[in-house]
Amino acid sequence: MKHADVIVVGAGPAGIAAATAAARHGRSVLLVDDNPGAGGQIWRGGIENFDKAGEKRDDPAKTKALKGLVSSGATLLSGFRVFDAPGPSELRAIGETSEGTEVVTLRYDRLILATGARERFLPFPGWTLPGVFGAGGLQALVKGGFAVEGKRVVVAGSGPLLLAVAAHLHEYKASIACIAEQATTSQLAPFASSLLSYPSKVWQGISYRATLYKTPYRTGSWPISAMPNEATGLLKSVQLTNGNKTWQEPCDMLACGFHLVPNTELASLLNCKLQVGFVAVDEQQRTSVENVYCAGEPTGIAGLDAALIQGEIAGLVSAGQSASHLHSRNLAERRFGARLEAAFRLRPELRLLPALETIVCRCEDVTYEDLAARSSWTDAKLQTRCGMGPCQGRICGPATQTLFGWTPKSVRPPLFPVPVSAFCVHDSQQTVSEEIA
Amino acid sequence: MESDVLIVGAGIVGCACARECALAGLRVCIVEDSVTGGGATAAGMGHIVVMDDSPAQFELTRYSRSLWQQLLPKLPRSAEYETRGTLWVAADEEEMVEVRAKHSAYGAGGVRTETLNEAEVAVEEPKLRAGLAGALLVPDDGVIYPPAAADWFLERALAIGATIVRGKAISANKGELRLADGTKLRGERIVLATGTDCSLLPSLPIKKRKGHLLITDRYPGFLHHQLVELGYLKSAHKLESDSVAFNIQPRRTGQLLIGSSRQYGDEDSKSDAAILTQMLERAQGYMPELAQVSGLRVWTGFRAATPDKLPLIGPAEGLTDDRTIWLAAGFEGLGITNAPAAARLLVDQMLGRAPEIDAAPYLPQRMTTQAALHA
Amino acid sequence: MPESITVLVNGMPVQMQAGSIVSAALLKAGEPCRLSVTAEPRTALCGMGICFECRATVNGVRHRRTCQMICCDGMVVESDR
Repeated sequence: MKHADVIVVGAGPAGIAAATAAARHGRSVLLVDDNPGAGGQIWRGGIENFDKAGEKRDDPAKTKALKGLVSSGATLLSGFRVFDAPGPSELRAIGETSEGTEVVTLRYDRLILATGARERFLPFPGWTLPGVFGAGGLQALVKGGFAVEGKRVVVAGSGPLLLAVAAHLHEYKASIACIAEQATTSQLAPFASSLLSYPSKVWQGISYRATLYKTPYRTGSWPISAMPNEATGLLKSVQLTNGNKTWQEPCDMLACGFHLVPNTELASLLNCKLQVGFVAVDEQQRTSVENVYCAGEPTGIAGLDAALIQGEIAGLVSAGQSASHLHSRNLAERRFGARLEAAFRLRPELRLLPALETIVCRCEDVTYEDLAARSSWTDAKLQTRCGMGPCQGRICGPATQTLFGWTPKSVRPPLFPVPVSAFCVHDSQQTVSEEIA
Repeated sequence: MESDVLIVGAGIVGCACARECALAGLRVCIVEDSVTGGGATAAGMGHIVVMDDSPAQFELTRYSRSLWQQLLPKLPRSAEYETRGTLWVAADEEEMVEVRAKHSAYGAGGVRTETLNEAEVAVEEPKLRAGLAGALLVPDDGVIYPPAAADWFLERALAIGATIVRGKAISANKGELRLADGTKLRGERIVLATGTDCSLLPSLPIKKRKGHLLITDRYPGFLHHQLVELGYLKSAHKLESDSVAFNIQPRRTGQLLIGSSRQYGDEDSKSDAAILTQMLERAQGYMPELAQVSGLRVWTGFRAATPDKLPLIGPAEGLTDDRTIWLAAGFEGLGITNAPAAARLLVDQMLGRAPEIDAAPYLPQRMTTQAALHA
Repeated sequence: MPESITVLVNGMPVQMQAGSIVSAALLKAGEPCRLSVTAEPRTALCGMGICFECRATVNGVRHRRTCQMICCDGMVVESDR
């Protein structure tokens, strides 16, 4: 059993900022994350990327944040995922160590949820073919050592993530055939112009465009099917449309994701109130549950800068410090987030992409036809087993919400599949109690 | 328009009753507030098992199992009916004595069983721990996915003239069923098939018995039969205290369903960590490799238990003066098994047909007789 | 020069850079991580441990999320069937 004044769940930018701020102000802090290292998605670690000169490339913001975390004195617990909240101020997590599987109970005085977001996947014919990946998904795999040099990639779906992924793949020497963004130019225009209020983001946008200046960026376009090579069964091309004309884009890979959905499962398990699917927080990042804070994407998809500032606020407030000096920046980032949401709103045609035989629930291979006959999420779950697989509805939930307007019901532990033995924990076994310094 | 029968509750029992009524030519309307089979039907294990904790239970489950076997060719694939057989596992020689006794009793009742020794059990189920005394195999017992079966019963009923109304019944009185939205339905008979919900007839002697289940990821070949420890019956018999008993079922998908637990007095649907730990440790005791198996979900459900552990099937005489109220309730852990028999016995009584088994042990009016005897 | 290690994927030796994830080894070998309920070959989709499409048997243990595991020299990886 480990106890800390402040526990932060999720070591992405928000979690790192929160842990750093709280630890700098004298609190004992434990930062817990499922991945092998800190960074979350946007700052995911992995195989080092060497540029043409053989120099290691690094993101200065990421380096600064990680250095700050290390020097703050916060303790990082990597490779552990939280799967239950069994008692008041208590979490249970499981991880793989060199000795095997370990279950650990974590007790806190204050809890900061920085659980980030995941990609939204929408089904269309051929989306389960080998060679079709998520957009962020392919980026993560490449960082994890998947070689894409010389491969032809179509990047499609929605969100600023598409540009970041395309630029990143380009650095790893893939050839980007095109980027297909479902939002129209006019939908994006207010967002693009508002970037002028956010100079750092304009810089990010410009640097992406510099990398990708030869790559066609087609707005108002979306994938309608992924076609296999009949002989090999592997991806051969993607059929895209803009509502008027349709064309084939030959490729080796499709990196496709439709923006982001917040990871609110732990917050729900703790009975934090949600608002339109996001965790409701006040300007001090407090949720509706006492001593529980939330920072970053789960409160609203608003990008890196919002995550950093919300994390810092939560860290400061949880350490009994004032964060009022950050209030106006926080508001500015929230406004940016609102524009982001409006710019990348999903168009109605996306609901009509699946064919009757298109698989919607990938864990259980439930087709669109199976689901269309059902009346609600619960009815579909019981009669087709949609959502009953290991992903626990994280992939098919957002998809069926877009397709049918269904909202999944309440969350139950375990938040992730765990070995049967992990459910058998005796308080008497927790005699080894560690106080995080 | 008045129905011959109004059924409250589209769980597996209510749906089976609706189909049986419709097949008998009765005009039937079923009322359901939520999704078909969304209560105990969805929460339970889905076993079809002959249970001999009493002669009346043995008769009912034997009869109902034979009805399931007749339905087998008609059931859709989604119902996942499989004749996996039950293995009643004996941990020691004392339990082996029980195995032999069951073997005789089942045989006398016309139900096929085989006794297995330690070596034979190991061959039937390699993942069971070594050192067990033996087991009783009941090869014709089955396993099913209940919500799909309930949906099929309902769909068959609707296809032959039954109707369904979605809404919450708030009162049942002299042939009139009132719904929360103000709708009034009229019927010659009102059948309460509402599981643990006694709001329409507070005198129902039904108590909730909470159970836990865990479902795993797919492990094809891990488990061949449904396994039950002999202590299961002792656990099911306990009227007051909490207990666990090892029970595991394979799904066609290769997933494993692990149970079982029984608790009185706990109305909270949240899972109880202490009981869950006990239940899973007991399971790991019988099948050690379960420790590393990936558990996807844990949930609870509420069985409807009567004082004598037999269901209430027939007119609600003795529990109410209202002659229009009928019951198909109180099935405890055997709702899935006994649904077809309950439906058949109910309709037999409505039509004055001779039932295929003696319906007396399940008549609701026995409750008052028993109460009088104990007074 | 980054260190190189070897893992076995469905019996075939595959050389990977040290620090690579197991999903990358399966992709390099051209092998699916698993077969779905209707026998479709599947590989990693989300890359962040959430979709469970990347499940494979690693060193004899089924249903391991290969996108969350780092390759070790001599690791035995088999597609889940």
